[in-house]
Amino acid sequence: MSTVVTDTRAVFAREMTLVMRDPFSLAFSIVQPLVFLALFGPLLGATVGSEAFGGESSLQWFLPGVIVMLSMFGTTMTGSNLQIEMNTGSYERVLATPLSRSSLLAGRALKEFAPLVVQAVLLTVVTVPFGFDLYPVHVLAGLVLLGVFGIGVGALSYSLALVTRKNEWVFWMVQQSLLFPLLILSGIMLPLESAPGWMKTASSFNPLTYVVEAERTLFGGTFVDRDVAYGALAAALTCVAGVAIGIRTIRRSTS
Amino acid sequence: MIHAEKLTRHFRVKKEIVEAVRGIDIDVAEGELLAFLGPNGAGKSTTLRMLTSLLPPTSGTATVAGVSVVDDPAGVRKRIGYIGQGNGAGHYYRVLDELLMQGRFYGMSKAEARQRAGELLETLDLRDLAKRAVMTLSGGQRRRLDIAMGLMHQPRLLFLDEPSTGMDPQNRANLWEHIVRMRQQHGTTIVLTTHYLEEADSMAERVVVIDHGQIIADDTPANLKAKLAGDRIMFTVPARDVEKAERLLADHGNLLQRAGVTNDRIRVSARVENGPEVLPVLVRAADAAGLAVLAAQLHQPTLDDVFLNLTGRSLREGGESR
Repeated sequence: MSTVVTDTRAVFAREMTLVMRDPFSLAFSIVQPLVFLALFGPLLGATVGSEAFGGESSLQWFLPGVIVMLSMFGTTMTGSNLQIEMNTGSYERVLATPLSRSSLLAGRALKEFAPLVVQAVLLTVVTVPFGFDLYPVHVLAGLVLLGVFGIGVGALSYSLALVTRKNEWVFWMVQQSLLFPLLILSGIMLPLESAPGWMKTASSFNPLTYVVEAERTLFGGTFVDRDVAYGALAAALTCVAGVAIGIRTIRRSTS
Repeated sequence: MIHAEKLTRHFRVKKEIVEAVRGIDIDVAEGELLAFLGPNGAGKSTTLRMLTSLLPPTSGTATVAGVSVVDDPAGVRKRIGYIGQGNGAGHYYRVLDELLMQGRFYGMSKAEARQRAGELLETLDLRDLAKRAVMTLSGGQRRRLDIAMGLMHQPRLLFLDEPSTGMDPQNRANLWEHIVRMRQQHGTTIVLTTHYLEEADSMAERVVVIDHGQIIADDTPANLKAKLAGDRIMFTVPARDVEKAERLLADHGNLLQRAGVTNDRIRVSARVENGPEVLPVLVRAADAAGLAVLAAQLHQPTLDDVFLNLTGRSLREGGESR
């Protein structure tokens, strides 16, 4: 186990070198969600009305969703950065080192997740004056849960890149056509309370639904709750399944 | 260092099974410099990928640096160095960053990696490029960086897949200088693949010829050429002297087919042993017998002749191996 942690840190460190060498893009990508939140948040409160959020402020409801959404945008991109390295020999060179396969998956997924931690902290702090109740420990726990989920999603994105390596556009087609339905069917953008029955049913099969619910509960300052347990379970299952599929795909990929 | 038995690999391509490697047995002793030679698609790289544990064999076994590639692939990877066909360093990374990272991937300490990277930058003439992004390097510089990365953890066994493909002759010579020096200093065992005949001939001490996924010859370049091709002497003589000339050649070697050069001149040839010494003997004998030799040629075999004799095909036909 300790090798997996050491290896994951090494892979993560290599990926982060590029991020740290380019602070301008990093700063830009971190500030961007603020704009999104500033423009979309008030609109949501005005359109849907606070009854839909169980009496909470729309911010309290919406912010955890934005953070989950950002994490999905990031981690589903894991495979895209891999594509560049597969076209040169650098992916193969890393494969030829003794690094454990699961750490290749986790290290790369966590790199896509890392900016989110900074973003989340920034977003929560900035929204406090606008009526967001901040529970720091709960937010931290929420980020850990999201990180576990993100490793699974990143590993799946990684596998997708390996499988579609001969047709890069297929990667984008699959990534895009899965990402948006998953996001909408998890109640991230708009509450699903008033959605038609089939949408509610579909959303109950979406692991992301449980993760979002858990995040909302955690960000609202509650630890012991059925939603948190379900969310943690969904995150853990996604992580285990994603990494298992990832390892299998790496082993079976022949070129 | 390497012991492989019946190593086999199949690929499924559009519902059809392609047998890329068909039962390779090989033993490589410590300190050897061995080249797998064969045309594109012969199974060289697939063999190398199995020996480096990057590709699991369909059947068969291989023990590399004392570890089984099937049972402990990570253990194999720890003990070997591998330099693939592509460029191993990430495009956007800096040269030194990638070297240090490579050291970390092999579990070296920071201090250890720094020192080793410094040495390698020096020996591979990369010192001034340490802070440069990989994508700004020339092809030759990138290849040297690949070698440096493959050597970071000082492996006792190094695999190189087509190390000099696409390099100009000068860079190729330079690359080999580094490989040979490293071998002299550390006694590293080196296994490489190539489709460059001259490279296999001049650099490798042992050449394993692969065709259609099987080993068809395995010896030193000199022995391969002597046993499987041999020297050839060709005389161009007036048409009326053909029989006399052929009788003379037959006394000293195995007569080969004659070829008409023009109407009144014909070329006769024979395979002989030790051509450089036989040629003057034959010329003098022809002179004594009153045979007018208009032109005399000696052809010493290349590995291409070896391949041609083994398979009936030339390795050069692909065009790429020029």
